[in-house]
Amino acid sequence: MTNADKAARREWPLWEVFIRGQHGLSHRHVGSLHAADAEMAMKNARDVYTRRHEGTSIWVVPSAQITASAPSDKGPMFDPADDKTYRHPTFFDIPDDVGAM
Amino acid sequence: MSDLFTFLTRMGDNTLVLGHRLSEWCGHAPVLEEDIALANTALDLIGQTQMWLGLAAQVEGAGRSADDLAMLRDAWDFRNLLLVERPNGDFGATIMRQCLFDRFHLLLLDALTHSTDTRIAAIAAKAVKEVRYHADRSAELVIGLGDGTAESHTRMQTALDALWPYVGEMFTDDATDTAMAAAGIAPLPSTLRAAWDTQMTDILTQATLTRPDGDFAHQGGKNGAQHSEHLGHMLSQMQWLQRAYPGATW
Repeated sequence: MTNADKAARREWPLWEVFIRGQHGLSHRHVGSLHAADAEMAMKNARDVYTRRHEGTSIWVVPSAQITASAPSDKGPMFDPADDKTYRHPTFFDIPDDVGAM
Repeated sequence: MSDLFTFLTRMGDNTLVLGHRLSEWCGHAPVLEEDIALANTALDLIGQTQMWLGLAAQVEGAGRSADDLAMLRDAWDFRNLLLVERPNGDFGATIMRQCLFDRFHLLLLDALTHSTDTRIAAIAAKAVKEVRYHADRSAELVIGLGDGTAESHTRMQTALDALWPYVGEMFTDDATDTAMAAAGIAPLPSTLRAAWDTQMTDILTQATLTRPDGDFAHQGGKNGAQHSEHLGHMLSQMQWLQRAYPGATW
């Protein structure tokens, strides 16, 4: 098999799909799919992820464009927040007439 | 048989036969995303069939239902275009057939939303949204595959050449069409041709495909006079359960 054949057989790029369920809620990651370009990714997302009326808006993002935190960095990334409970707004007395927060 | 009934069975048989053809891809498409998309399109078309044949049965007033019309008629009573009963072929041929039909279907439904028959206008208004998506999708795929690799380009050109003789029947007028047009119920199919040609030329140009020269057009689907042998085989697959177990439900 030549390199050109190999290239032709490569899979389409991977895209991550985000869908907004209702107005007012933010887009949520729902999964991923393969597509040759952005337009096709949008159509495929519509067909694969909104068959049961799940959404009012779709975002598709090339998976390669996402920068993810490394699992091995978990300690330095997240552990320091463990003992900083004062960052939670639980030390304030909230007046009753403010209602539910 | 009234002209209105004939017209409605033409609409419903086109969507039924093409819907069934597309459903044959379920589990076989080249990639998962296309498999689901084809199944979605098939379901849209079967849904439209229920509306068209449901209205046809009501208009006929002979106590038949949409299911009866779909499952208990024989090939010679079907009024679908020869184009939609063509076998699927490879993925490219299926997409080319879809694109050729979708453009016609969309123009027709757009016109039917202004039908003097409000029941027909209502069905068209619902169906046209689905078909606008089908037409977008199939055109993009034709362009992508036509202007793709040497292999995909060759397959799309081969599909176009093979299906071209089935284009003309979509735009052929007969007595039923004339009666529908006179009553303001539906447009004369021939009046849709110019817009179809313009849109298709644009798609084929972007797809780097060559529009075939000939205007020869097979006839015999929409009038039921001469369906191809493929329809009978398809119906035997589609109808066998109701034939073997009449009235079976699930």
